Amino acid sequence: MKRTNWLSGIASRSRRAAAVLVAAASIAAAVTGCDSKKESTTTAAPGGSPGAAPAASTGKDTTVGFLYVGTKDDSGYNQAHAEGAAAVKKMPGVTVIEAEKIAENKDCQQNMSTMVEQGDATLVFATSFGYFKPHVKEIAAKYPKITFLHAGGTLENGDPTNIGTFFAYIDELEYLCGMAAGSASKTGKLGYVAAKPITPVLRDINAFELGAKSVNPKCTLTVIFTGDWFLPNEEANAVTTLADQGIDVISGHVDSPKVMIQTAEKRGIYSCGYHYNCAPLAPKGYLTGAEWNWGPMYQRFVADFKAGKPMPHNYMGSLKDGAVKLSPYGSSVPADAQAKIEAVKAQMTAGTFKMFVGPIKDNTGKVVLEEGKSWDDQDGALWGMNYLVEGVIGSLK
Amino acid sequence: MTAPYESRPTLIFRAKRFIPASFVDAMIISIVALALSLVLFGIFVSFSGVNAFDVYRVMLKGAFGTSEQWGNALTQIFHGKFAIPYAFRNTLIHAAPLLLTALCVALPARVGMMIIGGEGAVVLGGLMAALVAHLMPGAPSLIVQISMIVVGMTVGGAWISISGALRQFRGVNETISSLLMNYIAIAILNHCVEGPMHDPTSLDHPSSFHIGPANMLGTIAGTDIHVGLLFGVVACVFAWILMDHTTHGFATSIVGGNVRAAKVAGLSVAKFSLAACFLGGAGAALAGVIEVSAIHGRANDSLAAGLGYAGILVAFVARQNPLAVIPVAILLGGVSASGDLLQMKLKLSSASVQVFQGILFLVILGLDTWAGRLKDVRHIWFAKPIHWFMDWYIKKPSTKGVAHAGANA
Repeated sequence: MKRTNWLSGIASRSRRAAAVLVAAASIAAAVTGCDSKKESTTTAAPGGSPGAAPAASTGKDTTVGFLYVGTKDDSGYNQAHAEGAAAVKKMPGVTVIEAEKIAENKDCQQNMSTMVEQGDATLVFATSFGYFKPHVKEIAAKYPKITFLHAGGTLENGDPTNIGTFFAYIDELEYLCGMAAGSASKTGKLGYVAAKPITPVLRDINAFELGAKSVNPKCTLTVIFTGDWFLPNEEANAVTTLADQGIDVISGHVDSPKVMIQTAEKRGIYSCGYHYNCAPLAPKGYLTGAEWNWGPMYQRFVADFKAGKPMPHNYMGSLKDGAVKLSPYGSSVPADAQAKIEAVKAQMTAGTFKMFVGPIKDNTGKVVLEEGKSWDDQDGALWGMNYLVEGVIGSLK
Repeated sequence: MTAPYESRPTLIFRAKRFIPASFVDAMIISIVALALSLVLFGIFVSFSGVNAFDVYRVMLKGAFGTSEQWGNALTQIFHGKFAIPYAFRNTLIHAAPLLLTALCVALPARVGMMIIGGEGAVVLGGLMAALVAHLMPGAPSLIVQISMIVVGMTVGGAWISISGALRQFRGVNETISSLLMNYIAIAILNHCVEGPMHDPTSLDHPSSFHIGPANMLGTIAGTDIHVGLLFGVVACVFAWILMDHTTHGFATSIVGGNVRAAKVAGLSVAKFSLAACFLGGAGAALAGVIEVSAIHGRANDSLAAGLGYAGILVAFVARQNPLAVIPVAILLGGVSASGDLLQMKLKLSSASVQVFQGILFLVILGLDTWAGRLKDVRHIWFAKPIHWFMDWYIKKPSTKGVAHAGANA
């Protein structure tokens, strides 16, 4: 066969197959919604390359790398970080390299290695929670001369010293959003679409409800957990379900609030954003939103890095240092409510406002904070939050 | 006629003795397809305002490193220290699983089956590795490793054989059934790692228990590349010998070429079909075993990262030739490896590499058809060089010599 014609065998066999394959591929695309993870992974081995010198000692541009778990234009968590990276890009003597859609597995180690080995990065921002353990720790041990900054991680004794960690309190902003929602709502029924019932999310939900109750004590907040950070279909369904129950303000805590906000706008109800300014997605119904404002903080970290100063160690930003901000108010937030919110915000900025003031009960009636007591931002009790406060309709089970 | 081959001991003539014609046969269209895809991809990136030649340069650098890096590496080798530039190590790491998942397409293709269920076999292979390690606490690590590989490959092979059997005995289209079985396999994986096999310490990323540091497969001496690469290369060479140099492979080709002829010749169509499916599935499952036992240490949803689907592309570009899978997997591993650098250096989106892979897939499918037509219209000018080259190449010196002798007599 080989001798007579080199083309015949391959062609006849695969042409028919190709047609079937194209059909099958389109089914696959439809079923998975274009699964687009990158293939393969690596092993981490000690000893790596000592290629890059510490930036503080050279006159060259400092290269700063940013890793995102999602896309840079998700109107959510990742876009907020990408905007921080854009602020860093404006600094003189700094080059920024970015990589998006990097999964929280060995892929992110491979990607950070590439940033260091081929991108000449000397400072790497790993912006997703799941990168920390064990990936940032392992890669930092492999490249001791490179500095790694992680958003959300908590450093423990014995961790490599070239890691810095930071995050910010956003529950204060959720409280303010709750106030806006409570004032704009006509039914007093609010809805919340949340990814997973873990502490940071529960803090946001509870803060939102407390804020709403501060302006309208009868407000209830119905919560739906979708189960994961990025499930656009589930999020849209959740909003529809909530809207069908007469709920007229929607907020949520998922990686990209885009679909949620758009669905709410389509249903003609109000929405509060999260992570990033979603006003363009819902010009009519957008009330306000809790946004990250990483730019100033990132610029500070990079400047410190260039000056050879120590890196943040479990640093927590807040309204005080401008690490978070409130979206501009939509037209549906009444003027007197805006004034009230601004007053509370001023207290928060000054550090005099206390959100969690007793008595606070959970939604099963158990007292979680007794009368006369209060928690501030740093209180350890907040880090173990595993309940929904009174007025929240929903269950963690 | 020209002089006998024996009197022209040129370099390419020597190569002919060592590089099999079937391999060159498979590679030549692949190379044309790659070149064409690169041109199309260049046009595509030009639309997003990026210089195509910058893209090629960065891809080359990201996949294979620079000449300077190779110079440094060679200097180190000269000083007795084995070294490979980072970029190429990265490429090889990306290529390792593709070598195995491509076999899951290439081997069943020999019996005319188009299996795209490699993803499911990868997932089950990985899951079995985690399960076996979990069930054998305290056993010597070599025994555990061998058991993981054997059980993983057997289950993966059996999994793909289901699609083969459905086709053979019930007439179910194997492409669709193997694709849909991927989702079943992923659901089984998720069920296990979130349920019976869930390690409670893996809160934010549900995973099975760790297989234990002692049971992890190591790296190739002197590099940070895991031994999966060697497994892949050995498996490809084995598959090639089996398919091109044994009676089993010959019989398989007959079954794939013409079922009736095979039956007339007394060959068991079912046996050869299922064997090809089993071997292919075992290959893909081995990739899953390696993912768990050399990389992640646990089974979780990272296993379903599209390795099986990427293998389809590799097999098609290698034109279903197991030996050609090796260079093609390295080339496409390089494309994946350079994706990160394209993002970082040229601000291309993370999807751009997938666009390239998509273009390559369409081009290779297109060229298949094109090649089929060309055998009838040999006068088309742009195909002539390829025809000349192939006609010259596939004539083995020995047969030529016999023909020559015959003519003289």
